[in-house]
Amino acid sequence: MKEHKMEYVKLIDTTLCTACRGCQVACKQWNENPASKTQNHGSYQNPQDLEWNTWTLIRFQEYTDTDGNFKWLFRKDGCMHCTDAACVRACPSGALHHTDYGVVAHNREICIGCKACTSACPFDIPRYNKTTEKIYKCDLCYDRLKNGQPAACVKACITGAITMGEKETMIKKAYDRVEKLGGKAVVYGDKFVGGTHVMYILSEPPAVYDKLPVKPSVPMSVILWKNLFKPFTLIGMGAIAGAAALHYLIKGPHEVHEKKEGEE
Amino acid sequence: MTNHYIDLKNADVILIMGSNAAEHHPMAFKWILRAKEKGAQIIHVDPRYTRTSARCDYHVPLRSGTDIAFLGGMINYIASNDKFFHDYVVNYTNAPFLVNPDFQFNDGLFSGYNPEKRKYDKATWTFQMDANGVPMKDFTLQDPRCVFQLMKQHYSRYTLDKVSSITGVSKENLLKVYEAYASTGVPDKAGTECYALGWTHHTTGSQIIRTMSMIQLLLGNMGIAGGGVNALRGEPNVQGSTDHCILYGNLPGYLKMLNTSCPDLKTYLEHYTPKCNDPQSANFYINYPKFTVSFLKAMYGDAATPENEFGYNWLPKLDDGKHYSLMHLFDKMYEGKIKGLFSYGTDPAVSSPNSGKVRKALEKLDFLVSANIFDNETCSFWHGPGVDPTQVKTECFLLPAAATMEKEGSQSNSGRWVQWKYKAVNPPEDALAIGDIQIRIMDTIKALYAKEGGPNAESILNLKWDYKDGKGNFDALKVAKQINGYWLADSTYEDKLTGATKDFKKGELVPSFGMLKDDGTTSCGNWIMSGSFDEKGLNKMAKREKDDPTGLGLYPNWAYCWPVNRRIIYNRASCDVNGKPYNPKRKILAWTGDKWVGDVPDGPWPPQADKEKGKYPFIMKQDGVGSLFGPGMVEGPFPEHYEPLEGPLAKNPLSNQLINPTIEIFKSELDTVANASEKFPYVCTTYSCTEHWCSGALTRWQAWLLEMQPELYVEIGEQLARDLRIGNADWVHVSSARGRVKCRAMVTKRFVPFKVEGKTVHQVGLPFNYGWLYPEDGSDSTNFLTPTVGDANTFCPEYKAFMVNVERA
Repeated sequence: MKEHKMEYVKLIDTTLCTACRGCQVACKQWNENPASKTQNHGSYQNPQDLEWNTWTLIRFQEYTDTDGNFKWLFRKDGCMHCTDAACVRACPSGALHHTDYGVVAHNREICIGCKACTSACPFDIPRYNKTTEKIYKCDLCYDRLKNGQPAACVKACITGAITMGEKETMIKKAYDRVEKLGGKAVVYGDKFVGGTHVMYILSEPPAVYDKLPVKPSVPMSVILWKNLFKPFTLIGMGAIAGAAALHYLIKGPHEVHEKKEGEE
Repeated sequence: MTNHYIDLKNADVILIMGSNAAEHHPMAFKWILRAKEKGAQIIHVDPRYTRTSARCDYHVPLRSGTDIAFLGGMINYIASNDKFFHDYVVNYTNAPFLVNPDFQFNDGLFSGYNPEKRKYDKATWTFQMDANGVPMKDFTLQDPRCVFQLMKQHYSRYTLDKVSSITGVSKENLLKVYEAYASTGVPDKAGTECYALGWTHHTTGSQIIRTMSMIQLLLGNMGIAGGGVNALRGEPNVQGSTDHCILYGNLPGYLKMLNTSCPDLKTYLEHYTPKCNDPQSANFYINYPKFTVSFLKAMYGDAATPENEFGYNWLPKLDDGKHYSLMHLFDKMYEGKIKGLFSYGTDPAVSSPNSGKVRKALEKLDFLVSANIFDNETCSFWHGPGVDPTQVKTECFLLPAAATMEKEGSQSNSGRWVQWKYKAVNPPEDALAIGDIQIRIMDTIKALYAKEGGPNAESILNLKWDYKDGKGNFDALKVAKQINGYWLADSTYEDKLTGATKDFKKGELVPSFGMLKDDGTTSCGNWIMSGSFDEKGLNKMAKREKDDPTGLGLYPNWAYCWPVNRRIIYNRASCDVNGKPYNPKRKILAWTGDKWVGDVPDGPWPPQADKEKGKYPFIMKQDGVGSLFGPGMVEGPFPEHYEPLEGPLAKNPLSNQLINPTIEIFKSELDTVANASEKFPYVCTTYSCTEHWCSGALTRWQAWLLEMQPELYVEIGEQLARDLRIGNADWVHVSSARGRVKCRAMVTKRFVPFKVEGKTVHQVGLPFNYGWLYPEDGSDSTNFLTPTVGDANTFCPEYKAFMVNVERA
């Protein structure tokens, strides 16, 4: 990982979220992502999942807790920007990389569309576009951060549910908030994968939330890949800097993953 | 709003009832959450668990259309458990006033009812007067004819058992809300209420709001920081449009529209200028003639003279006893009595009740002129579903209009803050601001009248309308200045309280409505906005200072707030009779012995303990106090629960009067009704969603918004879905006595069945944001289901409670 000037953390306080989805639209607008043709699936949640053109969405979940209290849970899903990022480890081309803010960005120019990241990510974030044969995901609005602006979702958030700032300050803010909230409220994000640069304040235990791993980790296959094979790819890049050779080198592990995950 | 958005953060208890604030007023909800962060209790009472409920301390489900029963029960709880703010109620409300001995209430009806006319003679809805013509009072509140005792007696019928049986709310939940809210009936606590269309969209809408106003008076929550009765109004400038008389019964600034029973200006002014013999009542509407004459001068300029009653008879008049609401308009159109329609920024083929009737009515027009930023279902009705274009005679015009960010002007938020905004970009191609469209149409009409003459030509030819800039385009600033008003002659103004004088030159702006004249020497397009400029032309609406001297979020130098930049109206009621703040921690105003300090006070007079110069705090009320007894309403001085026009019950559990006795019943063959019918067994309500705006005529064209809410759905509770064997996302038909729509089923835990009069009653709900034009394979309007009926005072349609059936499609 690069040396960085200042690490940012985006904190999502689900106890302040009204699911207005201003963040979801702001993300599409700033990143110029087109809308998909959708249908109503019997929920407010739409699109149903992250897509190559949907980098963040609010998950709506009807939930009755152990005391019989009904709750409607809203969780803004999107890239967690891990410190020990499985996608960065898995990426053979260097397209996925840490920026000087500590967050994970993606250089689409050099992405070879191998999809190693999609199976590596413990949060199921990167999405593949069949037409462009590239991977797409949130880069926490690197262009905005560079220009002193908060990420589009942060800017759009009305209630202050999404805030961002210097890492240690935000971690402290998260723990102070959870202490104030009491009950089952927890901080999610700082205790795994080297700490994520997107953190949650959750009102319920993490296991309650749809599609949220309780103990996310970098898959063993990715660790092996990084330690055993990826150094060769980097040597290859340095020596030839040729995409063809690179593609040849990564092909094996890529197919192994596909079979393993049963995709396509 | 009596208060304003930011002020919501000052409340200790916030009751959100009749509103889905988080979804429809997201910015307002920010301040509600600020209050919550500071420890306020936030309560949501609503038929459906919504995104608002998710962020409140708790949600209490209530059957649609039973709000007065719920709130009447709260009045009963407050009065019978002595939870009211005694000092406030005695001094600042009409609780001590003695009521006419002939005034009665019996089995759901007040004295004076005429069943043929569905109307009351209000002769007995009055007070007992002393020799000076001032209402008699009993400050001990013990006299059985005093307002307090009559009110207490009226609501003693609203017992927990009765209210629970009507509303479907458990007694436990009723008490939970009543106790929490009534805890604000002390000097150092503030409770506020946020409502929106969930209250106005009922045949009893105005009276629901009045019931809450009574509760706020009883608890001393009016006029204070963190208090008030707060209508959350929307982005299409609802506040601004009502201020500027979008409703047919108003002239600008809530002056009354002319009618045939006032054939001349003198009669009109005598009729609408209230009289009061109590010297301590400011009775501010005593200035009604000044506002009216100045308005006429703004309309007709030099042509308006004392000799021609300032052009009074050039203005159109309503026929006495007739109404002209949107529903009446389409009713008459359906009868073929209306030939042309200008439909600007609206889509009634989707948004008006009983869409089937509305669309048939449009076919009877000769011409239809729409001005919108997109085509919509109204403008394109002639090729809509089931319409044969070859059989439609109506000639339709669509004028491309500028969108809000493509024009300069003012916008008013719910807190009465009028903010000037600038044009961000030019409108595309031929699109024009509505002002420009109107200027061009009016120029042509004037030229035609000048050339050809015509009936009442003076009323058109004399219109001032000097609103163009040097290039002949509409100049919003010129209109705004005319709304504020001008001095039409050199004048000297004398402050009656201090004796100070100030000179003004002809052509200067009038800096306050207090200076307006009834002799034709001032003009003012809308008296409540007089003061939005200073005399030299400084536009206070454009102010953007962020100073907050009280620390309570009044921000007096951000934009202009009517009236006279007063941020919290009736604010003198936040102090005791000596002008000492009831709550020193949230001090918006205090009397220092010679003046008020803080917010702009409701008038400069000393507090009411000064029997000589002091005035009561509710200066806009004839008697100077808040009305627990409110004879202004058409249904009666005390709100009473009536069932919706269409409901699940054959009998009102409180009386033999099933529905509001004063609502107008529309009688066309398309206005069918099915009350307590087995064919339509489910209560239905309609609403918007965050992702779309109103009829969706703007937002359905926006791909990112459509992606999130792509098509019409009906929210159905899990138990009802099981009973009907409807699965999530199945196609279903929802039908009423008037029409049918096809939509997706959204099976949810957020609708729960109600226990009403011993029976299980299910409720469902649909958004009203969809129409056939776009998306092309989408659903049509929810308003095919809703009835043509409205509130008896305002004719706001009953979109929120009617009966439907749901079947698998």
